[in-house]
Amino acid sequence: MRTELALSAKPLTAKDFKSDQETRWCPGCGDYAILAAVQGFMPELQVAKENIVFVSGIGCSSRFPYYMNTYGMHSIHGRAPAIATGLATSRRDLSVWVVTGDGDALSIGGNHLIHALRRNVNLKILLFNNRIYGLTKGQYSPTSEVGKITKSTPMGSLDAPFNPVSLALGAEASFVARTIDSDRKHLTEVLRQAAAHPGTALIEIYQNCNIFNDGAFDALKDKQQAEEAVIRLEHGKPIRFGADGARGVVRDPATGDLKVVDVTPGDEAGLLVHDAHAASPLTAIGLARLADPDTLHHTPIGVLRDVRRPVYDTQMAHQLDTAVEQKGKGDLAALLTGNDTWTVGSSS
Amino acid sequence: MAVQISERVLTQSPDKEVRRLNRVVIRFAGDSGDGMQLTGDRFTSETASFGNDLSTLPNFPAEIRAPAGTLPGVSSFQLHFADHDILTPGDAPDVLVAMNPAALKANIKDVPRGGEVIVDTDEFTKRAMQKVGYDTSPLEDGSLDAYRIHGVPLTTLTVEALKEFDLSRKEAERSKNMFALGLLSWMYHRPTEGTEQFLKQKFAKKPQIAAANIAAFRAGWNFGETTEDFAVSYEVAPAATAFPVGTYRNISGNLALAYGLIAASQQADLPLFLGSYPITPASDILHELSKHKNFGVRTFQAEDEIAGIGAALGAAFGGSLAVTTTSGPGVALKSETIALAVSMELPLVVVDIQRGGPSTGLPTKTEQADLLQAMYGRNGEAPVPIVAPRTPTDCFAAALEAARIALTYRTPVFLLSDGYLANGSEPWRIPALTELPDLTVQFATGPNHTLDDGTDVFWPYKRDPQTLARPWALPGTPGLEHRIGGIEKEDGTGNISYDPANHEFMVRTRRAKVDGVDVPDIEVDDPHGATSLVLGWGSTYGPITAAVRRLRTAGVPIAQAHLRHLNPFPGNLGEVLRSYDKVVIPEMNLGQLATLIRAKYLVDARSYNQVNGMPFKAEQLAAALQEMLRED
Repeated sequence: MRTELALSAKPLTAKDFKSDQETRWCPGCGDYAILAAVQGFMPELQVAKENIVFVSGIGCSSRFPYYMNTYGMHSIHGRAPAIATGLATSRRDLSVWVVTGDGDALSIGGNHLIHALRRNVNLKILLFNNRIYGLTKGQYSPTSEVGKITKSTPMGSLDAPFNPVSLALGAEASFVARTIDSDRKHLTEVLRQAAAHPGTALIEIYQNCNIFNDGAFDALKDKQQAEEAVIRLEHGKPIRFGADGARGVVRDPATGDLKVVDVTPGDEAGLLVHDAHAASPLTAIGLARLADPDTLHHTPIGVLRDVRRPVYDTQMAHQLDTAVEQKGKGDLAALLTGNDTWTVGSSS
Repeated sequence: MAVQISERVLTQSPDKEVRRLNRVVIRFAGDSGDGMQLTGDRFTSETASFGNDLSTLPNFPAEIRAPAGTLPGVSSFQLHFADHDILTPGDAPDVLVAMNPAALKANIKDVPRGGEVIVDTDEFTKRAMQKVGYDTSPLEDGSLDAYRIHGVPLTTLTVEALKEFDLSRKEAERSKNMFALGLLSWMYHRPTEGTEQFLKQKFAKKPQIAAANIAAFRAGWNFGETTEDFAVSYEVAPAATAFPVGTYRNISGNLALAYGLIAASQQADLPLFLGSYPITPASDILHELSKHKNFGVRTFQAEDEIAGIGAALGAAFGGSLAVTTTSGPGVALKSETIALAVSMELPLVVVDIQRGGPSTGLPTKTEQADLLQAMYGRNGEAPVPIVAPRTPTDCFAAALEAARIALTYRTPVFLLSDGYLANGSEPWRIPALTELPDLTVQFATGPNHTLDDGTDVFWPYKRDPQTLARPWALPGTPGLEHRIGGIEKEDGTGNISYDPANHEFMVRTRRAKVDGVDVPDIEVDDPHGATSLVLGWGSTYGPITAAVRRLRTAGVPIAQAHLRHLNPFPGNLGEVLRSYDKVVIPEMNLGQLATLIRAKYLVDARSYNQVNGMPFKAEQLAAALQEMLRED
């Protein structure tokens, strides 16, 4: 936790973070669960609620700030990371959160997302991925599977999708995690780790759009299917999943790629141990890419990467302090005068 | 071998004839790599410190190093200096310094017959001349007989002067611009200490190069002093009576604008935040502001134009004096965020250093063709106040004025400068800090509304009844948590509202707020009770004023007025326009102000337009105005 943040004088509850605005997502939308989880987690931050700001773009998820009783801005499509960057770099006493969706962050706002990640500004970015455009009523998104039939792709989408986690890792993100709207415990734990991370944190949240893409993540939610589909990552632990941990991830010594294998007794030592703090992002990228974009089998969730590197706003503040140390506090009169002047005297 | 720089002072010999002049226009022209801009800058500094009034016009290609010796690669710097107050960089050069055949060819047509032309004869090789289409040498074929030609082997003389230095021929040749500067400094009795000091500082880490440049500079000066080719030198007395009492410096428009922003931040007691993306001719403001972190200035070079303004808007929400700087193409990309700032009613200064358009257009040339983009270039009814500086030095005050409006009315404000003001320079009377406006801001600190049930609440869209500005409540202020956005807001509460009547009210209120911006009346300069008025805006002030002077001197009465505020217009503008039989509006576009004036005031304003990437020439403009005044 950064020391600049003002702490709340009294303990807060989830209720303190509920705004007086009526929530207007479709009944059954996955956004409700995420909102409840975030409101439930916020008191843990212990940050004064006036020092918390939610910034969003455009899309269903981007209505989020209206429902948080903090400061908030519902901005324009794709630009939330840029706006939040200006706020976070100029106000280091604030805890700044960005709420975005797969269209907002990865399509129209893709540029801002990757640059926020490489800069490592102190932002927590919640990317609600429902693999569809909801607010515009059902076109395919940059995370939709190839061949998806939507209103704008009656014969199937031709676009290859992004894997948001692997995109973020490729963009030099210092913290990348994935979680699921309906798994409140897991979602909350990921929020906790993201909040503690200095710099930009990207959390991809699989979120169900029950109107235009219902059941997109059922493979990860249905208890039986999930055993085979979901790989729960925990730092420092061997990567195992499936019934009784019967499956695991190893590195293929021939190619260096990661692959899923059946774990046989005696083989456990060969399993890959998850290291979220690894200096290189390559293994995390390998993990992210284990998932089949169509069936979602072998989808890793949890914190894929959490490394320390210089934080943009901290460094900017440091440069300002250094400039004052070196040159003294700015003297406007001296600045305007410069060092090459002449005087016109009175004629008297 | 290290060569020491002696401390002797160059002094003019009493043997040569000295003539007094009231004003001179000099143009340095050469290849993009010849250092003409630096040469011009140095001559300008010498001239400024001597106390002449001056005005400059740098003119260079968009390419960093266009092919050497070609016409598109020619870079020039024109300087007008005088013993009285002047308004423009001059229509035509009295003296042209041409460093190669391309520079001669590209510029000779601007030199009036009888003008002096100094050429580097070393560069007039057959190949170099053929490159620009000279079949025979213009120095020998009589085609320049109308001019006073000084053929000087500048390159050879420079290399000769530097032979004691341990430099390659190529390295030595690089100092030929300093030789030329030395020669011109002798010709016009310029003080030389400043340039020598400048060279010492610039090459502090390479004392050998500093010494070589100073040696070349002195060699040029001495060449003028000794050679018989230059029999006459000229004096232009300081313009002491033209200037009000004060301390002066030379300053360019972009530098003045950057200082204006810093001053505004100090006067408002708010940290300055610049979100910007590099673009010609605005980048110098980003460069300048990034040097002044000790003033609490944060500069953010964004990934694109949209992020530049986005970050600025985010900083505005957090309580910074937020600025974005760009040129026309960048404004196009920023439009959506400007409209968001209109809707969220946050202060934001949008600086547009206009250049030739459309699209990439002419990046290094000037134009005033973004006025309608600034006025209307957004979706929906999205009024934005517009402020335009009139001279390079005025960029300082205009920046303060843009910040005043933004902060007072909680609105984005356009500051429309252009390439001519940005790069041009002139003497500036340095203001005392006590002359600067107080821009102190009152943030919201507590509830501002009482509900029917007696509860005190904070309403982010409850307005100040005078200014119609909404409260600025900063994150970190307890109890004022609120959400704003681009969706229409309910009057008062700021909650999302799709109510038709509320939308109409909010649209009209945002318009009324901008219409109500406190703007001073326009002043008319009309000493002779003329029946015709010439109205301008922005950087045409110098050429228009010079043209008006010419007309009045010739006995043609004409009134002049110049707009600083383009939105809203001054309250008395309609009355002023209607009190003249004829109104002429010269613009460096195809009539954008004229369109606004005709639409708003139903006045038959006539346009005079030029869109060639260059400022108006006073003589030409005077002739055109006279012609238009004669027409019915």
